[in-house]
Amino acid sequence: MITYDSITKIFGTGKDTVTALDNVSFTMPKGEVVVFLGPSGCGKTTTLRLTNRLETLTRGNIVIEDQNIMDLDIVQLRQRLGYVIQAIGLFPNKTIAENIAVVPKLLGWDKERISERIDDLLQMNNLEPELYRERYPAELSGGQQQRVGVARGLAADPDILLMDEPFGAIDPINREEIQNEFLKLQANLKKTVAFVSHDIHEAIKMGDRIAIFDKGRLIQYDTPEVILTQPKNKFVADFVGSDRALKVLGLMRVSDVVNRRPKNIVQGGDRSPEALKFLDARGFRYGIVIERNRPIGFVTQKSLKYEEGLVRDVVERYPLFLRGKTSLRDVLSFMLMHDAGTFCVVDEDRNFAGTVTYNDIQKAVKESYADEAESDENGGAV
Amino acid sequence: MSTLRFIVDNFDEVMYLSWEHIWIVGVALLIATPIGVVLGIVITKHEQFASRVLNGANILMTIPSIALFGLMLPVLAIVNMGLGKVPAVIALVLYSQLPIIRNTYTAIKNVPPSLVDAGRGMGMNKWKLLRELEIPLATPVIIAGLRTAAVMNIGIAAIATYIGAGGLGVYIQQGIARVYPEMILSGAILVSLLAIVVDGGMAVLERLTTPEGIKVQRKLAR
Repeated sequence: MITYDSITKIFGTGKDTVTALDNVSFTMPKGEVVVFLGPSGCGKTTTLRLTNRLETLTRGNIVIEDQNIMDLDIVQLRQRLGYVIQAIGLFPNKTIAENIAVVPKLLGWDKERISERIDDLLQMNNLEPELYRERYPAELSGGQQQRVGVARGLAADPDILLMDEPFGAIDPINREEIQNEFLKLQANLKKTVAFVSHDIHEAIKMGDRIAIFDKGRLIQYDTPEVILTQPKNKFVADFVGSDRALKVLGLMRVSDVVNRRPKNIVQGGDRSPEALKFLDARGFRYGIVIERNRPIGFVTQKSLKYEEGLVRDVVERYPLFLRGKTSLRDVLSFMLMHDAGTFCVVDEDRNFAGTVTYNDIQKAVKESYADEAESDENGGAV
Repeated sequence: MSTLRFIVDNFDEVMYLSWEHIWIVGVALLIATPIGVVLGIVITKHEQFASRVLNGANILMTIPSIALFGLMLPVLAIVNMGLGKVPAVIALVLYSQLPIIRNTYTAIKNVPPSLVDAGRGMGMNKWKLLRELEIPLATPVIIAGLRTAAVMNIGIAAIATYIGAGGLGVYIQQGIARVYPEMILSGAILVSLLAIVVDGGMAVLERLTTPEGIKVQRKLAR
């Protein structure tokens, strides 16, 4: 746990002073990723650099697990906090193994322990140890270098990780991948992570909580869902963007809205006239066709009308099936791409698990914005 | 051809004077290097002295060598060392300072700040940073400074013969006095050869001291 207690940072002296941080207080819970978000010059990086004392506090206190950082030895403090930086910051004159070994060596670990740790960390970050240990940073791609950067930050197994726009220098495709890898790691390691970012997408994806800064002040500190659905003022609303409904969808999963027992089910082995009668009687325009508990497609009343044979012979196939963990943002995108209002959800064994319709998604978004009108008024007053 | 004959006929003396020349330059470099490198590093950490130190070294460099010898003569005469190898070595040490300090300073300053930040953030102290990051990255550029100093000193040492320091300048000076072209040429050619050989040798040293990771980086950047 890290507690920031009315921290203030003023750069410069005399008349040329700049207040980088103005009386900011918040608490980072143990084991969570907190994203420090905001435009450049908002104080997010300063907050991070105050934490490992690369900058010195002007006023206020930072307390890590009941210890004021000013009472700790500066070198010991830094060795306790893993540090991963923007431009990756790997030492070009050292091999990958030597780079990862920096902090363990400072801590005086013996050679064998360091060597084992290096292999573990490389494996953890999907880099083959035999292949990468003795290479130099220049021989690695940007994404691989950043993985080594993360490995180096984790080298001495710190409880706390400070990450300063760690994935900022990587192309979008690799960034997505490395973000996913980091989230997977974090799910096991449960580090307390301070993560500086200027990218709202990244913040929503990575953060358990988001701290939004502007001009040295902490504007809002909440979970991504709350930030998106109840932005505190116009600045936050603008920063998260007018497409924030879509971003909320990015946070919601198919499993949140799936209709597990749809009524418009017909079996592939049914005869078309019977199926048509069934749909007509209940007022369904279309039916989902299931065979041996697996969805195979759908039929509409129109397509059944002049058919005599089995339903399976006239079925229109779905272009894809959803999984429980698919995000609603992707689902909506599929709906637009394939001009479809309904998709089937399947489980791991490809068995039918329910449906998601456009209406389900709309309802879910509406519910998450239940108090939007109210907060907009508040926002206007600020 | 007659110049070559002169060198062959006086081979022992040629070897002796060459050795003397190398000795003066070598000893001067051995003394100048630690002074210049330490000063260069110190002014990167205490930026307020940087311009003063660099300007000082610059002024030293602008003094013509023959004038510097003249200036030192009365001072060193007090300890009875106004002439000979001592004032020559001192002058070369002074002249070496600018290339060595300037290259050291620039090289350390050119280490990317993000790397220094990363090191500090991981808990490396100033010494560790210097030893493991800054000096390794700066070494090739520092060696380049030594290379400039060495080549320059070989030329200046030829003039030091006027204060009785010996070396290959002896042939040039005496050749002129005796109107003996073969002698003048021998001295001139040997001094030039020495400079070229030392320059080549330092270039190799420069390559050898470049960290492996940086070589790889350069190769891939091409």
